[in-house]
Amino acid sequence: MTRTVALFVTCLVDLMRPRIGFAAIRALEAAGCEVVVPEGQTCCGQPALNSGDRDHAVALAKQTIEALEPYEAVVVPSGSCAGTIRCHYPELFEHDAVWLPRAQAVAGKTFEVMAYLDEVCGWRPEGVALDAKATYHDSCSGLRELGIKAQPRRLLKGIDGLHFAPLKGEETCCGFGGTFCVKYPAISNAIVGEKADAIDATGADLLLAGDLGCLMNMAGKLNRKGSKVRAFHAIELIAGMGDGPAIGEEA
Amino acid sequence: MSGAVDTATFKERADMALADRILKVAVERTAGTAETKRAVAVDAFPDFEAARDRAAAIKDHVVAHLGAYLEEFEANAIAAGAKVHWASTADEACRIVIDICKAAGAKSVARSKSMLGEEIGLPHALAEAGIGRVETDLAEHIIQLADERPSHIIWPAMHKTREQVSALFKAKHRSPHEEETIAAMAESARRELRTQMLGADVGISGANFLIADTGAICTVTNEGNAELSLVPPRVHIVTAGIEKIVPSMPHAIHMLRMLARSATGAALTQYTTFYTGPKRAGDRDGPEEMHIVLVDNGRTKMREEGLAEMLRCIRCGACMNHCVVFRQIGGHAYGGTYPGPMGAVLTPVFDGLKQSRDLASACTLNGKCQEVCPVRIPLPTLLKGWREKSWREGLEPTSMRWGLGLWAWVARRPALYRLGTGVAVRAMQMLGKKGWIDRLPLAGGWTRYRDMPKPAPQTFMEQYRKERRQ
Repeated sequence: MTRTVALFVTCLVDLMRPRIGFAAIRALEAAGCEVVVPEGQTCCGQPALNSGDRDHAVALAKQTIEALEPYEAVVVPSGSCAGTIRCHYPELFEHDAVWLPRAQAVAGKTFEVMAYLDEVCGWRPEGVALDAKATYHDSCSGLRELGIKAQPRRLLKGIDGLHFAPLKGEETCCGFGGTFCVKYPAISNAIVGEKADAIDATGADLLLAGDLGCLMNMAGKLNRKGSKVRAFHAIELIAGMGDGPAIGEEA
Repeated sequence: MSGAVDTATFKERADMALADRILKVAVERTAGTAETKRAVAVDAFPDFEAARDRAAAIKDHVVAHLGAYLEEFEANAIAAGAKVHWASTADEACRIVIDICKAAGAKSVARSKSMLGEEIGLPHALAEAGIGRVETDLAEHIIQLADERPSHIIWPAMHKTREQVSALFKAKHRSPHEEETIAAMAESARRELRTQMLGADVGISGANFLIADTGAICTVTNEGNAELSLVPPRVHIVTAGIEKIVPSMPHAIHMLRMLARSATGAALTQYTTFYTGPKRAGDRDGPEEMHIVLVDNGRTKMREEGLAEMLRCIRCGACMNHCVVFRQIGGHAYGGTYPGPMGAVLTPVFDGLKQSRDLASACTLNGKCQEVCPVRIPLPTLLKGWREKSWREGLEPTSMRWGLGLWAWVARRPALYRLGTGVAVRAMQMLGKKGWIDRLPLAGGWTRYRDMPKPAPQTFMEQYRKERRQ
C-alpha cells in the first residue's frame, strides 16, 4: 500500500537549504511513499507564536491547517516546526470550537520526517555508504516536544562506513532559539561558542542534527572560529546525499 | 525589591556578566556539580516520573483549595500556641515583622535564609528600623559581608569563587582563617557567627512547608543554622508564602524527597526540622513566642491570572541549574529576587512586566527547565504567556512589531511569498563569498558572532516546480 504524504517544507528549508526538502522526498519515496508538496504552505507561524504575536500565529496556523488537512499524513524536516503543528496548534485553538477539531486532526497526522520513516514506515536506508565520523546534536523541540532521539540514530546506523563520536552535552541547547539569537546575540554567542567547542572536541568530520535553524547557528559559529567540521541535516545523509556540499559550501 | 537602585538594563547586566570570566567559573562549578548529582539521584529513585506527577498533583490540589487549607493551618497553629498574621503585600509583611521585633524590644535578629524574606525586602526593612541583622546561613553571611544580593535561590553566593570568599573573610572577620582550606574558612565563619547567633533577641526564618493538619512549619538547611538561630531567641518569626501549604506530614515528606534531590542531588538535607508552636510547659528549650506571617504578595492574583501552575514551585533551583542562559549570565543579571526560568516567570509579577519584559524573551524555549522541574511547571508555556502579554500591551520594540508584522503579512499570501523569497535568496547570493555571508544587513545580531550560510540560488519551491514541469 502506497502512503501519500504531504511534505511541509518549512520556511527555513525553502529559503536557505532546499536540498533538505529534496532529501526528505527522496527518503520518503525510497520508503514507498508518494510525496506531494501542497501549494498553500509558507510558514507554520512559529516565529509569531514564540514572539507573543498571537493574532499572526493564529492566522498562519489556519492557513497551514487548510493547506495540510486534505492529506493522510504530513511530514516535516524539522522538529520545531513539526512540534509547533503537533503540540501548539491545538493550544492556539483551545477555545475555538470550529478550529480546535481541525487543528487536532492535522496535529495528529503530522510527523517529523525521521520519526515518520522510522516509526511509521519502519524503513532503513539501503545501499547508502559514507565513510565519515559524525557527531549528533539533539535539537530541543524535536527532543522534548516530540521525543526524537533514537529514530535518527537508528536510521543513520543503516549507512555503511558512518561511525559516531558522542557529543558532550548532546541534549544541551545550542543557543539558537529562533528570534532569541538576534534579540540577545551576546548570550546566544556564549552558548553556541561552548557548543562549537564541544563539537570540535569530538574530533568528528560531520555535525548532524534534525533542525536547520540549530544547524545554521552551530555551523555558522564553527565556520567563524575556523573549524573544519562540516554540518548536514541528518536526512541528507539518510537519503544518500551526504556526498554533496555541506551547509555553507558552494555546490 | 530592596537594595540599591539598579538602572542598568537587562542587556547591560547580561553583557557585564558575560565579560566576567570569574563569574562563569563560579556558576559552572556549582551548577555543574548540581546537574551531575541530581542526575545520579534521579536515576536511583524508583519511578521519579510518577513521583513528579504526585508532587504536581499535591500542589495543584492545595492551590485549588488554598483558602480551606490555610484556615486549617491557622486553627492548628493557634492551637499549638503560635500567633498567625496575614499580609497581603510585601510592605504589610515587613511592617508586621518589624512591629513584632519592636514589641519584643529586639536590638538584633538572627535570620535563617529565606527567599520570601528577600522577596518582601525584609533585610532592608530591618535596617530602616535600626534592627541589627545576622545572616546565619553561610552563603547569606557571605552576601551580607559583601553587601550584595543573592544570585541563586539555593546558593545565594554561587557567583563567588572560594578564592573570592577567602579574601572577603580575611577583610571582614575578626579572627580570620590562616590556612587556605575550605574547612578553615568554615571555621572562621563559625567563630564569627556563633556568638552573634546565640545573642540574637529574635530568630526569623522562612518555611519550606506549612503543614495544615498540625500547624507545623518545616525548614531545611545543610548547616543547622536554622535550628541554632531559631530555638535560643525569645521570639521566632516565620514569614512564608501562602502557597507553601501541604495537607499533612506524608505530603510534606513526599515534597521533601523531591526538593532535596532536585536541588542538590542529596536524598535529604542535613537538617530537616518541624516547628510546632512555641516552647510548651516542660520543654527544655524553644522560643516563648512564635509568630507566623502568611504572605500573599501577588499569589492570589497569580492563581486568578493564569499563573496557578507557578504556585507549585518548591524553590529547588533545578530550572536555573539546567538553564543555558543562567549558566552564562548567572543570577544577578536577571535583576529580580528570583533568577533563572522560575524568576523570569515570577519577576514580572513583583516588579511589573514593563520593567522585566526582557526576562521572558531571553530564553531559547529549549524546554530543559520543564524537563527537570520536580513539580512539572510548564515554564516555557508560562514564559510565552508573558511574551504574549508584552506583545498585546505594546511593550515589544517597534522594529520587532513591524518586522514580524510585514513578514506575517507576506507569509499569508503564498503567491507573493514565493516571489519575495525568490528575490530574497538572490539578494543574499550577492552578499556571500565562498558559501558564507559574514555581514548581513538587518541581521547584525547573527553575523556579529557567526557566519550565515549562503542560500541556494533558488528556493525549494522554485526548484520543485521546475522539476515537476520537466
